[in-house]
Amino acid sequence: MINSTDPLFASLSRDETPTTARLHDQLVAAADADRLLDVAYRTVDSPVGTLLLAATDHGLVRVAYQLEDHDQVLQTLSERVSPRILHAPRKLDQVARQLSEYFQGERRDFVLPLDFRLAHGFRREVLARLVMIDYGQTETYAHVAAATGHPRAVRAVGTACATNPLPVIVPCHRVLRSDGKLGGYVGGLHTKAALLSLEAGRYADTNSASP
Amino acid sequence: MSMKRPFEEIVAQHGPTVLRVCRAVLVRPDAEDAWSETFLAALRAYPDLDDGANIEAWLITIAHHKAIDAVRAQNRRPAPVAELGQLGTADAWEPPDDNLWAALRQLPTKQRQAVAYHHVAGLRYAEVATIIGGSTDAARRAAHDGIQTLRRRYRDSQDLASRKGIHS
Repeated sequence: MINSTDPLFASLSRDETPTTARLHDQLVAAADADRLLDVAYRTVDSPVGTLLLAATDHGLVRVAYQLEDHDQVLQTLSERVSPRILHAPRKLDQVARQLSEYFQGERRDFVLPLDFRLAHGFRREVLARLVMIDYGQTETYAHVAAATGHPRAVRAVGTACATNPLPVIVPCHRVLRSDGKLGGYVGGLHTKAALLSLEAGRYADTNSASP
Repeated sequence: MSMKRPFEEIVAQHGPTVLRVCRAVLVRPDAEDAWSETFLAALRAYPDLDDGANIEAWLITIAHHKAIDAVRAQNRRPAPVAELGQLGTADAWEPPDDNLWAALRQLPTKQRQAVAYHHVAGLRYAEVATIIGGSTDAARRAAHDGIQTLRRRYRDSQDLASRKGIHS
């Protein structure tokens, strides 16, 4: 960003991208070593669109669909966790690998440290309950409410699912309405349907010849 | 609650300008080291920065101090005599328009800083004066004098290069 109109400095507007990219990587390493990297993030491509992944020292803190607007999600992390946020893909290699395995139908459980700091109170209780719903299984919002000891809190369970900071990993897509309808989903209903389909093994079916 | 933007955005937006300012006052690898130290220090202090602060002026102020530290360290270093001579000539690692950078780095300190912070970084003279000390008018004069010298030397070196048929 050269504001000078002096032609003497015309050569300064050269593209510095390769150098700044290298210096950025060095900054990430130095920040990590000095424990100044409060939030590391990256994006990954998936069958349900580009996912934003963010992690703190404690573990994965946020998974976000494109629908949620990744810039806005990062801004919220800056305000609610820390503004010391850097694009640091390697810090999220393990998460990216497990997600890739999941979307290929090769992984049923995520083994990752999770940071639930973006969920509080009852919502956090609900998330803890959701983690116990097995791959390929579903429960109703009413069941989850009963399991948390608050059978009348069906709407609150719905809200907890809608504000789940860790979709896919914490499987709110496995919660359906009592009438069998999908209910809502933070990543859109077609995404919820796609995840349930994947877990029912229907992705694999479409790839192999039917008898 | 802080409304600060993620630091990644700060690096993306201001990284290239800070790099140019570091190059204007230091040779590589010191210029890149100063960039790294500037952004690491900025990352450390960022949560406590006022939300309304001028980010660019803040970063240039940090870079200014890092550059002074680097020059002091350089002076303490028992450098071989040849190293000083090399500052003005082409270094294989320098950007291609090295004549300009070399001419810039040969200016008296205040002029060099005023030119770098006003013409390269785009700060207003009042902001430049806050960083380097002295009045706004003094900062304006220093930048003006620096530009005059720079224009003369840069043109001379270009003429010399073209007469010799070299572009180093």
